[in-house]
This record gives sequence, structure tokens and C-alpha cells, in this order.
Amino acid sequence: MSNPDITARIHALHPDSAPAPVATESNPAYKKVQLARHPKRPHALDYIERLCTGFTELHGDRAYGDDLAIVGGYAFFDDQPVMVIGQQRGRDTKQKLARNFGMPKPEGYRKAMRLMFMADKFHRPVITFIDTPGAYPGIDAEERGQAEAIAYNLREMARLGVPVIVVVIGEGGSGGALGMGVGNKILMLENSYYSVISPESCAAIIWRDSAKAELAAAALKLTGPDLLERGIIDEIVPEPPGGAQEDHDAAAALLGDSIRKALAELSAMTPKELVDHRYLKFRRMAPFFEG
Amino acid sequence: MSWFKRDKPGVDTPSDADRTVRTEGLWVKCDGCKQIIFRQDLEDNRRVCPKCGFHFRIDAREWLDLIFEGEWTEFDSNLASTDPMQFADSKPYKARLAGMQQTLNMKDAILSGQGKIGNHTVNVCSMELKFIGGSMGAVMGEKITRAVERSIENRQPLVIVSATGGARMQEGAVSLMQMAKISSALMRLDEVGVPYISVLTDPTTGGVTASFAMLGDLNIAEPGALIGFAGPRVIEQTIRQKLPEGFQRSEFLLTHGFLDAVVKRHDIRDFLARSFDFFVN
Ligand SMILES: [Zn+2]
Repeated sequence: MSNPDITARIHALHPDSAPAPVATESNPAYKKVQLARHPKRPHALDYIERLCTGFTELHGDRAYGDDLAIVGGYAFFDDQPVMVIGQQRGRDTKQKLARNFGMPKPEGYRKAMRLMFMADKFHRPVITFIDTPGAYPGIDAEERGQAEAIAYNLREMARLGVPVIVVVIGEGGSGGALGMGVGNKILMLENSYYSVISPESCAAIIWRDSAKAELAAAALKLTGPDLLERGIIDEIVPEPPGGAQEDHDAAAALLGDSIRKALAELSAMTPKELVDHRYLKFRRMAPFFEG
Repeated sequence: MSWFKRDKPGVDTPSDADRTVRTEGLWVKCDGCKQIIFRQDLEDNRRVCPKCGFHFRIDAREWLDLIFEGEWTEFDSNLASTDPMQFADSKPYKARLAGMQQTLNMKDAILSGQGKIGNHTVNVCSMELKFIGGSMGAVMGEKITRAVERSIENRQPLVIVSATGGARMQEGAVSLMQMAKISSALMRLDEVGVPYISVLTDPTTGGVTASFAMLGDLNIAEPGALIGFAGPRVIEQTIRQKLPEGFQRSEFLLTHGFLDAVVKRHDIRDFLARSFDFFVN
């Protein structure tokens, strides 16, 4: 009998495992996970159209194709030109399929990086919206270098001489989220999560039962307060009562306040200061060792 | 069956049974050619099958001995995890760590060493797959980052030998962030023009592949190593079809343009020395 492929299971993303969006009272961490996946929750484009004017989508990675799981383009936030890039899920079945349930492929990460380099060249801040169950685990994604695409973004985002603001708006699924997540400021919406592994996959490994995702969600410490306490994020953005899905306009307004504050702070810094600031932020992440 | 249920170290490797030695005692069955080989012949041949060239896995310390011909200085050997998430499953993470530390006589899944390769003083980090699947947590992140910083400060080339299932689940988002931390440090190394060679061995998957293992000036791999972002089982579950023969093996990555070379274990030291001659002199 062969050993189970732990590698595979550790990085399982279980794209089809999203549970019904029924809030439970039992476990606050899992309740946030469910809200993060709520079918009516605002997606990246919902925020972009409410926060910005003149959004102009720019397509393609200039090498292979255009990944619809990531959208990006220039826009104006408070009349200031910015580059906005978001992981985008679909709302209905047709869109969901077209956008691959928000699971990007290598060309998506490469498009995102292309737009970030463009922002850097023209000295425009970058705002990324994170909302993915994870990078797509498929044959074609592996053939085109999913790992390399994410790795490249991690290194190159560190080099950008412009403000980079990262907002986790829904699911912050592992390396697929981090591939657009190396910022000067990391914001997390109140009902979002950010984790090294999905609660379902974690439960499948520990209890051999993905239904125990509730327990795993608590064990993983994947909520805003957990991560703020550990120095992994900078700020938790409040949502309207009941969650962002209840009032998209109010959710966007609250997020706008946080972005405005972060932009004001970062805009005072020189390119070198921004690079150093971002570098030190991750360099200090996170000192959980002794000796 | 879950490796989290097992207390016995040495079987906690995150991949197929391919590379394990199945026969106890003097003889070993090769998983490459299925022939029975004399164990001593295998050990004398750096655990490469003398009959078919199949590369059995070797541990972190053996890698450093091989690369430095036995002479190297260890750094940061005392760094140990403080359990950032207070994680507990069938067994508290702290207890799991303590067990591993005792059995393997190392504090975490990585060794950091410095020594000579040809004329070059080189910093080498090497992962130990037997230690919770070679997984990356805060300690691995810190030790590699310090090695990168050492390379920047002293202008010494860097080598990282990977053998891992990826980020360490028990350290949650802390382990995820190590990907960004090390990659950011590599940006600095890149800016000062000091070379880094990534050596991928069987297996290298997940968050390690999706960060520093793919960021070498050269990315090289041992023959037949499993290398990927998602593991094969996850992909099979997602697409619900069998994966093609050789998928995610070194030769597959070479064909698709993600490796500079596939290098046999016996040739690695020469390859590194020659490459650093090109980069540095
Ligand atoms: Zn053989």
C-alpha cells in the first residue's frame, strides 16, 4: 500500500467544497469563513466600481493569455490614478466557470505582475483585492509554471517603488492569495480569512474528515484578530451589520476610508522608503522562534 | 491514513513510497529497476542505484557533507519554533516538535551551513524531509533569510537544497508569510548580484516551490524528482482524471522550461563549482 500523498493533501484547495452559506453560532472562526464565501458577498469588481471612477480593464499577460480569475486595470480613487488588481469570482454559474471560481492560473499572476510593473514605471500606487480559494491546481497550470509565477510575484512585488495596499476581501487562500499579497499595508475585511490551507483540507488531513472544517478553522487562527495579534496584517476593516453582503455600498464606503488613510500615509514616502518599509515588514514576519 | 496519526518518525515523508528502502538488512530493492542491490553498494554510491541510476533520497546532513566534501560550519542550529498558533490536532504541535527534535537531533526541518565549493565560500541550506515532511515554518523562514543576508553581507554565493511538502500547516499564516519573507530577501540578493542556485530534490512542492525554490539564478533538479505547486493527488481530485506518466517530474519541468538543468547527484558539486566560476570570477 502506498503512502498517502501528503503534499497533495496539505495543499488541497478543494474548489468544490464550499459549504452552504449558513451562519452557525458555534464557531466564530468558521462563521467568518462562511461569510467570506457568501454568494452575495461583494467581489473585487463590486468594490472597484464603488471606490473608483474611470476603471479601465487591461487584459493579458503578453505571453500566453488572459486569465479572467484576475482582473486589473487603471482607475481613479479620489481622482488619484491607481492600479487596481483583483481576484474575481463569478456570480452566476456561467461567470463562475469563466472565472474558474476565482482560482487563478499562471497567466493571471503574470498579468497581475505586468500591471504592477506598469504602475511602478509610472509611479502609481497599487491596490490588490484578494479573494481566492487558492491558485488553480490543474495540469495546465502546472505545465505553465504555477509555482514559478507565484514565486516571481513574491520577489518582484518586494521591489516595487510605489505604495502597495493589499486588501483581503473574502478568501485568502494560501499561496494563491499571497501571490498578490506582498504589500506595505495588509488590510483584512472583518469577515474574511487568510490561511495557509483551507479549513476543509486541514480537516481532511487531521481528522480525515473535511466536514470537521469548523474545528480546523479554529485551529488555524485564520481570522483578522488572530492575524493582527501575530503581526501578519495591519488593520481589520469593519463591515456593515450582518456582513458586507447585506450592503455593498456601505461595505465599499468603509473599505474606502481605510484605503484613503493607508494611501495618505504611504504617499509621503520615497520609492526607497517604500521598498525598505515593505521589506522590513516581511523580514520581521513573524518572530515565533527562540534560540 | 494520515501521517498526523503516526508517532514514528521516518515515515512522515510527504510523497509516494517510491524512495523508501523496503527491505531490511543487507539488501535493498531498488524502486527504479526493481533489482535487489547490496545496501553497502548503494551507500558507497551516494544512494544512487549502481544498476539503473535511480536516486534514493538522502537527508539534510548528507547533502551538506556531499556539497562541502564533509567540511562545513553550521549556523543557527539552535533556532526552534515557539508554536505561534498553539496548534493541536491528535497531538499538540509542541509535543510533535519535541519528538522530532529528539529523534532527528535537529531543532527544525533545515540545516544551514557554510563551506567551500571549489574556490568559493558558499552558504548552503538543506531541508530535512523526515522532519514533519520538510515543512516550512518560522524557523525555516528565519534560517534561510539569515543565510541570504550572510550571502549579501559577505558576497558569498547561496545554495538551497529543497526537499519538502511546502508550508507547515501547524504554523498557519506564519508559515505562509515565510514565502514572502524569503522571496523579499532574495530580491535584495538579486540586487547586489550575488548568485543563488536552487537545487530541487524529491519531493519539492507547495509553498516552497511557489517561492524560493523557483527563484534561483539557476534552478536545477535531481533526476526523477517530484516538483510542483499542487500535489498530484489534489490535481487528480480536482480534474477527476489520471495524470500523465512523468507529470511533475524533473524531466517534465525541464521540457516545460522551468529548470536550467537536471543534474545527477555525482555531478552536483562540480556543477555548482563551475557555475560559481562563471558567476563570480
Ligand atoms: Zn535501480
